[in-house]
Amino acid sequence: MKKTNRTLLSAVVSGAIAATIACSAQATTDGQVKLGILADMGGTYADICGSGCVIAAEMAIEDFGGNVLGKPIEMVSADSQLKPDVASAIARKWVEDEGVDAIGGLVSSAVSGAVSKVNADSKNITLISGSASNTFTTKTCSPYNVHWTYNVVALANGTVKPMVQAGKKKWFFITADYSFGHALEGMASKVINENGGEVLGNVRAPLGTTDFSSYILQAQASGADVVALANAGNDTVNALKAAAEFGLTEQMDVAGLLVFTPNAQAMDPATAGGMRLTSGFYWDMDDETRQWSKRFEQRHGAIPSMIHAGVYSVTMHYLNAVKAAGTDDTDTVMKTMKATKPNDFFARNATLRPDGRMVHDMLYVEIKKKDERKDKNDIYKIIKVIPGDEAYSPMLPQCNFS
Amino acid sequence: MNNMKLNLFLLALALLAPTVLYPVFLAKVLCFALFACAFNLLLGFAGLLSFGHAAFLGTGGYVTGYLMINSGLTPEIAIILGTLAGGLLGAIFGKLAVKREGIYFAMVTLALAQLVFFFYLQAPFTNGEDGLQGVPRGALFGLIDLSNNMVMYYFVLTIFVAGYWLINRTVHSPFGQVLKAIRENEDRATSLGYDVNQYKWLAFVISAALAALAGSTKTLVFELASLTDVHWHMSGEVILMTLVGGVGTIFGPLLGAGFIVTMQNYLSGGEMGNYIHIIMGAVFVICVLSFRSGIVGQLMKFKRNNF
Repeated sequence: MKKTNRTLLSAVVSGAIAATIACSAQATTDGQVKLGILADMGGTYADICGSGCVIAAEMAIEDFGGNVLGKPIEMVSADSQLKPDVASAIARKWVEDEGVDAIGGLVSSAVSGAVSKVNADSKNITLISGSASNTFTTKTCSPYNVHWTYNVVALANGTVKPMVQAGKKKWFFITADYSFGHALEGMASKVINENGGEVLGNVRAPLGTTDFSSYILQAQASGADVVALANAGNDTVNALKAAAEFGLTEQMDVAGLLVFTPNAQAMDPATAGGMRLTSGFYWDMDDETRQWSKRFEQRHGAIPSMIHAGVYSVTMHYLNAVKAAGTDDTDTVMKTMKATKPNDFFARNATLRPDGRMVHDMLYVEIKKKDERKDKNDIYKIIKVIPGDEAYSPMLPQCNFS
Repeated sequence: MNNMKLNLFLLALALLAPTVLYPVFLAKVLCFALFACAFNLLLGFAGLLSFGHAAFLGTGGYVTGYLMINSGLTPEIAIILGTLAGGLLGAIFGKLAVKREGIYFAMVTLALAQLVFFFYLQAPFTNGEDGLQGVPRGALFGLIDLSNNMVMYYFVLTIFVAGYWLINRTVHSPFGQVLKAIRENEDRATSLGYDVNQYKWLAFVISAALAALAGSTKTLVFELASLTDVHWHMSGEVILMTLVGGVGTIFGPLLGAGFIVTMQNYLSGGEMGNYIHIIMGAVFVICVLSFRSGIVGQLMKFKRNNF
């Protein structure tokens, strides 16, 4: 009996090895364009890039005509749950097993970092619309990263600089504890120090914190002029709510460094009114933005955030590049994308630099007070347009992938 | 003898599976199966419900990931060191936890695991929510390149078989018999002259080390170590896997892990993505209410009654 087992075992092993001659899939040039959209369907960032991001990408594909290179454009979507491990597993499956050419959406820098790593290895394009960290075009830059919409440099230059110059010298940070928060805090601190201000301290809160009271108390005790919220989404909303409850908003200024329209809408105008911030897009800027935003609102039920508009814009630019290049080969498409200037309702005076950074005009806006608002969608007052070159930092030589 | 045939059949299945299914997915199933088997050693055979096993899974993952990124060690050494780190942590936690029983044991392990979670959240080398990204898979013994998914899968399979064999061996050894005696009646085991706490502690350490082994391997497969692995959700998930599969059976955790991971994998995309936690919760409730012995336990009962 023992002997039969051994022969059985050896038969099994040799059979299996003979049957599995390894073949691993690399970036596909099959003429079939397939997009993957990773979003946060039910978490802290669901309002700014959840199902809305999927709708924005669908709209882009429909407006493009639905076909490219003679085949219908396919799209898949999934919930990243804001976890880098989940995102990395999904991305890996998409590009290795399902023939996805480019992955877009991508809210949360932790998620984008994980996906961009996978894509850099497999030579697929990462279309980052939702993340803020500038690492994708600096420290961890890759020839296959495209960073749309905004980043922390633009936010710090846009929001922090004018405040420091206006005499708000002492700052305290409440920071989301992951790459986005760290990058935003670091960039803002740099701008503060360069303009003669000082950073008194910081406290780091995990992503998705609901009770900010202990952080607010630390901020209150710091004696700063400004408490900067280096977080986003519902984190900002919750932090501001706690700040108002503890009377912090009456003692010092609160600066939301990254506020999206759906979050600004959710905040009480009595506490948030008058707050100034930087955005990559505002729906009510002119006729072009209004026209697109109305269409989006009809399908999504809410006005678009800058990320929604960014997803549409980058998807369109990618599809146009595939069409112009006549192939879905990654390197050729990247080259075409960088050679053509993006130009639509979202991307104004825009260029896609060789490092993958899309530089475009940013908006410096103020949240309207209650009596200034016509209706629930009337949120921002545009103070000025910041030219792209002023908002973004110059390209690093080691990230020049031209 | 029957078990032997079943084992061989499963091994053949595992060897052939990557020709049909996506190897990274299969490797993930194996990592979680090993994790669940390690957990089952404690719950199923020693009767100890640990609610902090994620701490060991995560520790293995972080140590291995950190070493692979920073030290240039070969993957097998990094995995061994990750496993040892998990075992060491298990030795400390076990010493404290085995002094208590039942719900208090569970609470102590949960509390300690939360300590570990916040340590990894704040420690600078873990990069907070980002986790350790881009962990290189390296070359096994400096020779075999693991970046090919097929090669990686067979490496994981080897580790799994070794871990599984060790658990099997432990369960069927005199040591395993004593553990079962403790599970059934602790006072009687004490009266027979066994140092109960010492046995429990050793079982805890073995289980923790094997959980860390699973975590180390998982980090290499996904090239990533993140907070998900140390979060208490993960401790809950492994309980779910073990219970659905069948607690106290050898094959149960294997099947349970396969079942849960497959569910997570295929439900996470598309429309169902929003409801995945509800579905998993429902599965758990149904399992606890109607078939407490799990899938394998139920099958075995069926076999006993009918054949």
